[in-house]
Amino acid sequence: MKLVWREALLSFSRTRTLSVLSVTTIAFALFVTGLFGLVALNLRGAINRIEERVEIVAFVLRGTPSQGLAVAMEDIAAFPEVLSVRYVTEEDALAQAKQDLVEFRDAYEDLQINPLPPSIELRLRPGFRDAAHVGEVAERLRGFPFVEDVRYGRDWVERLDALRTLAGLVGGAIGLAFALVSVVIIGVTIRITVLQRAREISIMRLVGATDWFIRGPFLLEGALKGLLGGVLAYLLCLAVYAGFKAQGLGLGIGLEFFRPIHSLAFLAFGTLLGLAGSLVSVGRHLRKV
Amino acid sequence: MRHPAEVVAPSRIRHLPDVIRFTNVAKRYASGTGPALEGITFHIARNEFAFLTGHSGAGKSTILKLMYAEERPSSGDVRTLGFRIPSIRPDEIPRLRRRLGVVFQDFRLLTDRTAAENIAFALEVTGAREDVIPQRVARVLEQVGLAGKADAFPRELSGGEQQRVAIARALVNDPAVLLADEPTGNLDERATRGVYQLLRDINDAGTVVLMATHNLELVRASGKRILELRDGTLVFDSAADQGGEP
Ligand SMILES: Nc1ncnc2c1ncn2[C@@H]1O[C@H](COP(=O)(O)OP(=O)(O)OP(=O)(O)O)[C@@H](O)[C@H]1O
Ligand SMILES: [Mg+2]
Repeated sequence: MKLVWREALLSFSRTRTLSVLSVTTIAFALFVTGLFGLVALNLRGAINRIEERVEIVAFVLRGTPSQGLAVAMEDIAAFPEVLSVRYVTEEDALAQAKQDLVEFRDAYEDLQINPLPPSIELRLRPGFRDAAHVGEVAERLRGFPFVEDVRYGRDWVERLDALRTLAGLVGGAIGLAFALVSVVIIGVTIRITVLQRAREISIMRLVGATDWFIRGPFLLEGALKGLLGGVLAYLLCLAVYAGFKAQGLGLGIGLEFFRPIHSLAFLAFGTLLGLAGSLVSVGRHLRKV
Repeated sequence: MRHPAEVVAPSRIRHLPDVIRFTNVAKRYASGTGPALEGITFHIARNEFAFLTGHSGAGKSTILKLMYAEERPSSGDVRTLGFRIPSIRPDEIPRLRRRLGVVFQDFRLLTDRTAAENIAFALEVTGAREDVIPQRVARVLEQVGLAGKADAFPRELSGGEQQRVAIARALVNDPAVLLADEPTGNLDERATRGVYQLLRDINDAGTVVLMATHNLELVRASGKRILELRDGTLVFDSAADQGGEP
């Protein structure tokens, strides 16, 4: 084991320029991947915050007996998707409208009769705030005889869905592309190291070193480069994050950074990329030495 | 079989007469025009010292490569220390190589390591225990007469000394066979005699030595077994009863 480390570090220092170059490139590739990860993370945070506002409003027929209504509301509250149910009286609705729609306050002031019906407002639990679930619950509400109409921001909810899918796809594609770039770069540098160490490798073979023993230092070298690239990329991401935060570009929402588990995954990902790159390259090129 | 079935395994080991056996071996390289070897049959017994001679391109190196499984025969059978080379598995090759030493005309030392480090390298990469390495390195350096040059780099050593380091490296795993491909090809007469004497001492200590060489003078004066190749066929074997020629 000691030998594997020594050989890996030796090869690292022997090809210093190359090693620095490859670590830098990997760091850059992972940095870009990390940036997209951060964007995705913050986008998801934003989507979640918007989703919290997803609300279904069921307008209730005027004159519905309050007793029947109370029973029905208990049923509705028991739907597995439902987080909370609130009854909004006509007066509450008007007061709310006056408060929300400042521009129309005067218009409302002049009203003699209240045009707003009473309603039930529902909030859904996290995980049910997508178009399919919202639509389903709305459909079920329509089944109640006292419900006149059900409203929810349908295209709004659908757009959120699309955004979520798009963010996932774009993030995934870009992450994958840059991950591949890292694998190729590690592969190339390992290839050069293999060729450079052809003599040593052939002697190792001659005296009876096993294939895995010969591979060991190369794999370790690749993994170390990946890890180092990952650490650098992580620090760069942190710097960018701190920069944005300092600039006050959090837009009042509060920017998020990777949680510890993400950070660990990020470094593990870099290491794995390095390992994968060297595994592929060493397997192919050792045969030719 | 002379022995009952239940003693087959131990008796096979005890009675194994030869260390290396070629049976009707042919070798064609993928890129070569004609066969590099054809109809090669011979065997080498325990404690033997044999020379392999022949013109350049006759097939000496090819025979040695078949022995240490660097190449596989195109047809026929090659056995080295009980390993069947035509069907040897990749994971068996390291085990075979640890039981034989190989040295070359160009020494194949690592130039950025000292003599002792070059030898230790062979032990390290075969997973020897760290604490036994220094003793074993010192012992083989002593054996090849280079005890005082342990810390010298190859460039600080003469050709003869470099070849001794290479031989020490080949010996450090206590091989049963030492294969030497033109070991004196780059050496002057004095160094050549020194290396040859060393190989004889190694053989006297019980290791089979097979040496490919152009040096006919050395071969003739030695009184050792001679196998002569010409254009890939064995044309002469001084131990005629064991020879492969018709
Ligand atoms: N890797 C190879 N690919 C193709 N042909 C080869 C290869 N190695 C050897 N040969 C051919 O096989 C024949 C025997 O070569 P070999 O190296 O065994 O000869 P040799 O007796 O060792 O010669 P020398 O005394 O010059 O070292 C030659 O014709 C050579 O060109
Ligand atoms: Mg040769």
